[in-house]
Amino acid sequence: MAAEALGWWGVPLAIAAGTMRGGTPFLFVSLGECLTEKSGKINLGLEGTLLMGAMSAYAISYLTGSPWLGVLVAGIAGVFLGLIHGWLSQQPRVNDVAVGIAMIVFGSGLAFFLGKPFIQPSAPQLATINLAAAGAPPALQSALQISPLFLLGVAIAPFLHWFFKSTRWGLFIRAVGDSPDAARAMGLSIFNVRMLSVVAGSFLAGIGGASLSLYYPGVWTERISSGQGLMAVALVIFARWNPIQCLWASLLFGGAQALGPALQSVGIEQGYYLFNAAPYILTLIIMIITCSPKRTLTGVPGALGTDN
Amino acid sequence: MVTHVWRRKLESACLPIAAVLASLVLFGIFCAVVGANPFEVYGSIWKAAFGRWTSFQNTLIRAAPLMLSALCTALPARLGLVIIGNEGALVVGGIGAVALGLGISTAPPLVVQIGMAIAAMVAGGLWIGAVGALRHYRAVNETISSLLLNYIAIALLNHLVGGPMRDPSSLNKPATYPIAAVNMLQSIPGTRVHWGLVYGLVACVIAYFLIQRTTFGFAARTAGGNIRAARIAGLPVGKLTVAICFLAGSCAGLAGMVEVAAVHGTANESLNAGYGYGGILVAFIARHNPLAAALVSVLVGGILASGGILQRTHGLPDATVLVFQGLVFLVVLYSESLYGKLPFFREKPAAMVAPPAPPPSPGQEPVVVS
Repeated sequence: MAAEALGWWGVPLAIAAGTMRGGTPFLFVSLGECLTEKSGKINLGLEGTLLMGAMSAYAISYLTGSPWLGVLVAGIAGVFLGLIHGWLSQQPRVNDVAVGIAMIVFGSGLAFFLGKPFIQPSAPQLATINLAAAGAPPALQSALQISPLFLLGVAIAPFLHWFFKSTRWGLFIRAVGDSPDAARAMGLSIFNVRMLSVVAGSFLAGIGGASLSLYYPGVWTERISSGQGLMAVALVIFARWNPIQCLWASLLFGGAQALGPALQSVGIEQGYYLFNAAPYILTLIIMIITCSPKRTLTGVPGALGTDN
Repeated sequence: MVTHVWRRKLESACLPIAAVLASLVLFGIFCAVVGANPFEVYGSIWKAAFGRWTSFQNTLIRAAPLMLSALCTALPARLGLVIIGNEGALVVGGIGAVALGLGISTAPPLVVQIGMAIAAMVAGGLWIGAVGALRHYRAVNETISSLLLNYIAIALLNHLVGGPMRDPSSLNKPATYPIAAVNMLQSIPGTRVHWGLVYGLVACVIAYFLIQRTTFGFAARTAGGNIRAARIAGLPVGKLTVAICFLAGSCAGLAGMVEVAAVHGTANESLNAGYGYGGILVAFIARHNPLAAALVSVLVGGILASGGILQRTHGLPDATVLVFQGLVFLVVLYSESLYGKLPFFREKPAAMVAPPAPPPSPGQEPVVVS
């Protein structure tokens, strides 16, 4: 193991590297969920979208040899699932949380079904940008391999922030999410705005899936996602529906996820599985601390989760 | 006045059935697209699930944990809560059952079995009861917290079977020490189906009466309908929430005990075999009615039981079952939006039912126009 050479210094280094690697899917999924929730809909089904994205990215990269085409197709697969979610969750008396659960089952089923032939072969991965000098220790080198997808996600976060704050379309989405009546008075179609937001959010989540199968861990198996799509919902609450804070929250969660493997690499095997549960426990603790029955959360879209 | 009541009842029976049929058609189209003959697939599913007595017993074995797990979603739904922690409660129930079953393995078998059931119910109950408490006292979203607890429960299971509770002789698939054979749940005489099926049926009947026929259930439904009105009426909403969640979790925990004490004999990875999500699906198809959930469990149990034959005879991957479940789930949810929309089920204008049409007196069934 590379970290052995550095001894205990390997732990913070591995966590720092894991923060970027593990944080990338969180980043895309949470930005997608943030966009969706700003319009007043919850998409719990991003877990299915993530798996579908991971599978299709890997399959396309394997079949065509072009990982970037895989990333694009992953986004398109996300759009496909987003269309179903956006349409179904806006039918009268249909609960969007329930649709999300159904989409998890359907999306993961479809991904496992279509992805079965691609478990064995290895697909070309996205090239990484290596910042470390050639003579640096191998652990440092692997820690400083940065994926262009990570940089893309880091760029999308402030862009989305600017989009919500300063553009007409951002205002439309916020209006629909905060006060559908006012949006209707503005002459907006609630259905279309929410549909577009859900679809665009699912596109991002699909790309998040591509980062799983083409960057880290860089394989396609049925266990590739460990609930990042579900935690995105909690993460967006933690980030107070603010894209910039989604970025910090994703890094935090990516770091928490890297804790177990990092400790394992220096020989601490005890409680490996419990350390792996760190992101879930962290999410739960954060939710217990930040939620309160007495006030609504700051930043929550006014019409979130209500019927249209 | 009676007429539209039966029409309403017929509607709530017909729409889910129609939804299942429609999803069967969609699934057939899916099979055709991926290159399998849909009619042969239907035939195989039928044969594997219900066709023969031996295969129907397989279905019933799978229906038992589904019934119990479905109650974990169906009961809190009456309070307006969407809880999907079935898998986690099932897993901790299984862990609790094994821990107790190994701890008092020398006691008489009946005592051990009752002890395992109680341990599983307490473990599962506390697991989901905590979700209810967090919901009420900290306003933590119950869907997300129960979902996170699923992952935490599975991590706990992996930790325990990988270390502290591991049987060193289980090499390929880590598991706990097995429960002694005498302490296992036996089969119902004359069948291969274990007594867990009876547990499931009894739990569904009790849940139905609890919700529909008792003051407690009435209070819960009131709180689910309008929480402010319930508070004003002096109902202890917090206690109700925690109590219902505890019951819901104990049902799923019992499902874990049934899996451990009747099927696997140990707690291992197989505990987390999809009965959690299956139970959520059952609860939604049954529209959160516990009696309907018992029936729907048999249907979904049949779908699960047919996974093997689809793989063997049609070369379809095991995820086919998951795709089918997802389709059923989506179409059933869509059918929710059709209630009150189809002309046949809409109550006829008063003139056609009762020609003289006396003005409806207050207190009579209100005619809901939606």
